[in-house]
Amino acid sequence: MARIELQNIAHSYFANPAGPEDFAVKELDLTWDDGGAYALLGPSGCGKTTLLNIISGLLTPSRGQVVFDGRDVTQEKPEQRNIAQVFQFPVIYDTMTVRQNLAFPLKNRGVPHNEIAARVTEIARMIELESVLDHKARNLNAEQKQKISLGRGLVRSDVNAILFDEPLTVIDPHLKWQLRSQLKKLHRDFAFTMVYVTHDQTEALTFADKVVVMYEGEIVQIGTPEDLFERPSHTFVGYFIGSPGMNVAPVTIEGRRAILGGHAIELARGYPDLPVGARLELGVRPEFIRFVDTGEGANGEGLPVTVKRVDDIGRFKIAKVELAGVPLSIVAEEDTVIDGDEAHIVFDPDHVHIYADSHLVEGAR
Amino acid sequence: MNKTWNNKAWFMVLPVLALVALNAVIPLMTVVNYSVQETFGNNVFFFEGVKWYDEVLHSERFHASLFRQLVFTGIILAIEIPLGVAIALAMPRKGPWVSVCLVLMALPLLIPWNVVGAIWNIFALPEIGLLGHSLNALGFDYNYTRQPFAAWFTLILMDVWHWTSLVVLLAYAGLSSIADAYYQAAKIDSASRWAVFRYIQLPKMKRVLTIAVLLRFMDSFMIYTEPFVLTGGGPGNSTTLLSIDLVKIALGQFDLGPAAAMSMIYFLIVLLLSWVFYTLMMRDEDQI
Repeated sequence: MARIELQNIAHSYFANPAGPEDFAVKELDLTWDDGGAYALLGPSGCGKTTLLNIISGLLTPSRGQVVFDGRDVTQEKPEQRNIAQVFQFPVIYDTMTVRQNLAFPLKNRGVPHNEIAARVTEIARMIELESVLDHKARNLNAEQKQKISLGRGLVRSDVNAILFDEPLTVIDPHLKWQLRSQLKKLHRDFAFTMVYVTHDQTEALTFADKVVVMYEGEIVQIGTPEDLFERPSHTFVGYFIGSPGMNVAPVTIEGRRAILGGHAIELARGYPDLPVGARLELGVRPEFIRFVDTGEGANGEGLPVTVKRVDDIGRFKIAKVELAGVPLSIVAEEDTVIDGDEAHIVFDPDHVHIYADSHLVEGAR
Repeated sequence: MNKTWNNKAWFMVLPVLALVALNAVIPLMTVVNYSVQETFGNNVFFFEGVKWYDEVLHSERFHASLFRQLVFTGIILAIEIPLGVAIALAMPRKGPWVSVCLVLMALPLLIPWNVVGAIWNIFALPEIGLLGHSLNALGFDYNYTRQPFAAWFTLILMDVWHWTSLVVLLAYAGLSSIADAYYQAAKIDSASRWAVFRYIQLPKMKRVLTIAVLLRFMDSFMIYTEPFVLTGGGPGNSTTLLSIDLVKIALGQFDLGPAAAMSMIYFLIVLLLSWVFYTLMMRDEDQI
C-alpha cells in the first residue's frame, strides 16, 4: 500500500493543446493517503477515468508528476507500478479457469509455483470464489467475473492501490449492494488504498471516506459525504449531489442580506470581500427550506411563493415552488400541509451559501 | 393449455420450399439421377446402381486429384490463416490509415476470378511476365508451363494473393471487437506480447477464424476458375485439382455417370470435412 501524490497533473489528449478547453484534466494537486477509501465522482466526460488511468500508468500525463511513497513513477509502466485496476466491464481471460486467471499476473512475473498456489488460494478465500476455482472463467456471472478481475489485482502481495472504474455498471441491482459491502469489508480488513470512480452519487457516498468531485476536468471539492452535503464548495457539487439537487438562484448581496427578486433573505454571515463583477448566486439545499404557517396567529414571517406541484414520495414531500419567478425545490416533512397555490417559506440561514462565479465564498461571522 | 392449430402457416413456407427445390434439390437430384444410370445417347438410360461410385472410388485418377486437392487446400490454409492473422495484427487500430489499409486489403477480393487467373498467367510468364522474368534474371530456372513445382508455386502464390485478404478482414473484425480494457488489464497484469495474443486476441478471434477457415477450406476445395485459366491443370496433370478433373470427365469426355458419381462424392467430402472442422473448433465452447 502506498500514499499516492499527484503533483501539478494535467492531461490533454491532443499533442499540442491550445487552451484549457483542450485539457481532459486541468492542472491539479491531489494526495491519496495510504489506506484511504476514495471515490472519484463526476458526470460522464469530466476526466475521472483519465485521472484514474494516470494513476495506474495506462496514461502518461501531459504535465506533472505521479509520486508513490515519495518515489516519482510518472514514467513507469503500469506493470512496474503494482496497481490493481478493475474495469467497467469484467475483464477475464476466457480460455482460462478461475484459478489460472488469478495466477496469471504472478506467472507473468515469474513467481515460483508453490507461492502462486498459496497466494491464489488465499485470494480466492478473500473474494469468496473458492468453490468455483476450477471452473472456466467465462461461464461465471458478471458479479463473479468482476471479482476475478479484482482478485487478479489483489493477488500481487505488494499492490500499491486498487482502482475501480465504475465496476458495478454491469452488475444486477440486488448484487450491487452485496458487492459494494464486500469491497468495504476488504478495505476495513486489509486497509487497501482504494480509488473508486463512479458517476453514481449513492455509490460514491456509501463507499468512500472521502469523495473527490470532478467537473469539466477540475476537482471542485474534496470532502467527506457530510461536507459535500452541507457545504458544497461549487454550485455543481450542490446540484450533482443530493436529490433533488441544491437550489441555486441569482442574487445581490446587501450587508447580511441577499436580495432575490426583490425579497430579502437573512444570512448567517456577512460578505465584505466579494470579488468585484462576479456573478453572485445563492445556494440552499431543498432540505433547508421550510414552509411556515400563514394562517391565523402567524407572525407574517416568510417569503411568498407560488406552489407549482407537490410530489409525495413516502417519507417526505418534494414541492416545486416559484419565488419571484425563480424555481425552487423544497423537501418537506411528510405531514406538512400545503394548501392551495400560495405558501410562505423560510430559509435556514446557517445553510444558505453564497457563490461567486460558481465557487463558494466564505462569509465572515 | 389450448394450442391453436392453424395450418395456413404451411402456405407461408411454400415459396421458400419452391425456391429451395428449384435452386438446390432439383439440380442435386438430377446429379443423383445421372450418378446411378448409364446412357448410350438418344436419351435412353439404364439403371446401374452404385457402379459409378464404385468405379470412381477405386480410380487411380480420382485418388490422384483428391490427393492434389488435399495438399493444395492444406498448404493454402497453412499459409493464409497465420499470414492473415499476422497482417490483421499489424494493421493500425485507428486513424486515417485504417481505411487505406482496408481498401487495399479488399482490392484482390473485388477482382473477378478469371481475371485473377489471367493476371497471374501473364505476370508469371518466364519471358515477358514481371515475376517470371525477374525470377529467371535472378538465376532461378522458372517456367510454370513446364515445371510442376513452378506451377504449384505460382498457383499457391496466386491463391495467397487473392484470398489472404479475406482472412485479414475477418481477423481484423475480430480484433476490433476487443475492448481496450482487455489490453489495459493485460498491461497491469504484466502480460507479454505473446500472452496477449494467446489469451486475449486469439480467443476473441476464435469465432471469426472458424468462419475464415471454413470459407477458405470450402472455396479452395472447390477452386476451379483460377487454376483453369493459369495452368489448365498442367503441366501434365500436375495441377489437376478435383474440380478441373471433374469438368474434364463431365464435359471433356462426356461421361455423365462417373462425373455425377464423382460430384456426389466430392460434395460429401466437402460436407464431411466442413463438419469435422466446425466440430473441432467449437469443441470446448460450452464446457465448465
